[in-house]
Amino acid sequence: MLFLVAVCGTCVVLARDPLRQALMASLYGLVLGLLFFVFQAPDVALSQTVVGAVALPLMILLALARVRWEEERRK
Amino acid sequence: MSVLPYVVAAWLVLVGLYGIVTSRNLLHLVVCLAVMQSSSYLLLLSIGYVKDAEPPIFADVPPTTPAVDPIVQALTLTDVVVGTTVTALLLALAVQTHKRYGTLDPEELRPKRPQA
Amino acid sequence: MNARLRLRVFAVAGTALFAALVWGFVGLPDFGSFDGAYGQLLNRLSVPDRASTDVVTTVNFDFREFDTLGEEFILFAAVVGVASLLRTLRGEHVATPDDDVPGRRVPETSLVVGVTGTLLVAPTVLIGIYVVLHGHQTPGGGFQGGVILATGLLLTYLTADYMTMRRVGPTALIEAAEGAGAAGFVLIAIGGLLFAGSFFENFLPIETAGQLISAGTIPLGNLAVGLAVTGGFAFMLSEFLQQTLIKRRREVR
Repeated sequence: MLFLVAVCGTCVVLARDPLRQALMASLYGLVLGLLFFVFQAPDVALSQTVVGAVALPLMILLALARVRWEEERRK
Repeated sequence: MSVLPYVVAAWLVLVGLYGIVTSRNLLHLVVCLAVMQSSSYLLLLSIGYVKDAEPPIFADVPPTTPAVDPIVQALTLTDVVVGTTVTALLLALAVQTHKRYGTLDPEELRPKRPQA
Repeated sequence: MNARLRLRVFAVAGTALFAALVWGFVGLPDFGSFDGAYGQLLNRLSVPDRASTDVVTTVNFDFREFDTLGEEFILFAAVVGVASLLRTLRGEHVATPDDDVPGRRVPETSLVVGVTGTLLVAPTVLIGIYVVLHGHQTPGGGFQGGVILATGLLLTYLTADYMTMRRVGPTALIEAAEGAGAAGFVLIAIGGLLFAGSFFENFLPIETAGQLISAGTIPLGNLAVGLAVTGGFAFMLSEFLQQTLIKRRREVR
């Protein structure tokens, strides 16, 4: 389980394109939530899963959408 | 393997820092910062873990069963939610930077030297 | 310094940091053998003393409520920061959302997404409210439930379009929820000061454990924080959405 977390974390950093990184971050959030569950911490697992798998990738995607819109306008 | 969680937490700090140092995109940088923050959650929870213990919820077990430390869980719990809010703030900052300067590359965003 | 030099400096510094961290960490107690007295004491005391079976929420909202006040205000400050950063700048104007401009072909939400989303919105909101209310008994509480509720609002955007989401959660309501939650939390604290002598003292009657109305001010604190977190996250999500949908840069001639 811990190795999975380390591998996921490394993949999040190595994904340079923000779009791919958002998806990797969602997976990482889910895996981390699962690890917190294994650590007998249900409260923390609950908030980490909701936040890391839903809220964070969403905000990355929305920021990316705005940036892409700007770039298209400049052309 | 009793120090493995701590080593993984240290590894996450390092990997996140590597991402920040070699980042070419501000959005990527903010996510690497979030990874570094998650290493602190891992560290806090691993410190409080008690072997073969129950979670600290006593809804159906008597309050004397051995349980994992609740204080670090309380710290981590608020930390997760608030950390995401701060990450959102950083993302908003990145968006505005792009609007102003047209680029998300930290290399190109460095202060320009005055023309000699 | 250029990128290659920076990478070399990082290689040296990173290795030193890793070594220092690992050296520090092996000095910690072994994984699984934590024996801090404070934690074990709270585990034993929480049920008889505060009639609340979820010790983590009790720690957050009763034993260490002052720290939660600080966290709550970090959240508030970050939301205010996002609001001020993403305000309509000089050179931008607020246009009608793409979904609403007549004659523009917007990709229709697919049928599967629409049906799944509609079916999921009500259970999500219900689960969110349940998690907030039962914070002092089962895993949950204001922070978790608040994020779940904000996700419910997001589901309406994914299922329908932006205008529907605006109708379901108007901006004024979301901002009011955020402010009310933060203020409510401070009022509970001041109530402790007025009625029981010290800041954040638990001043409502403590019933038996296992009941919904028990544990004094903890459910109220959960409610206040739930409101504040829902308002905060929904507000941030809608600000980011506005950036992509309705804030347009003025044409530069």
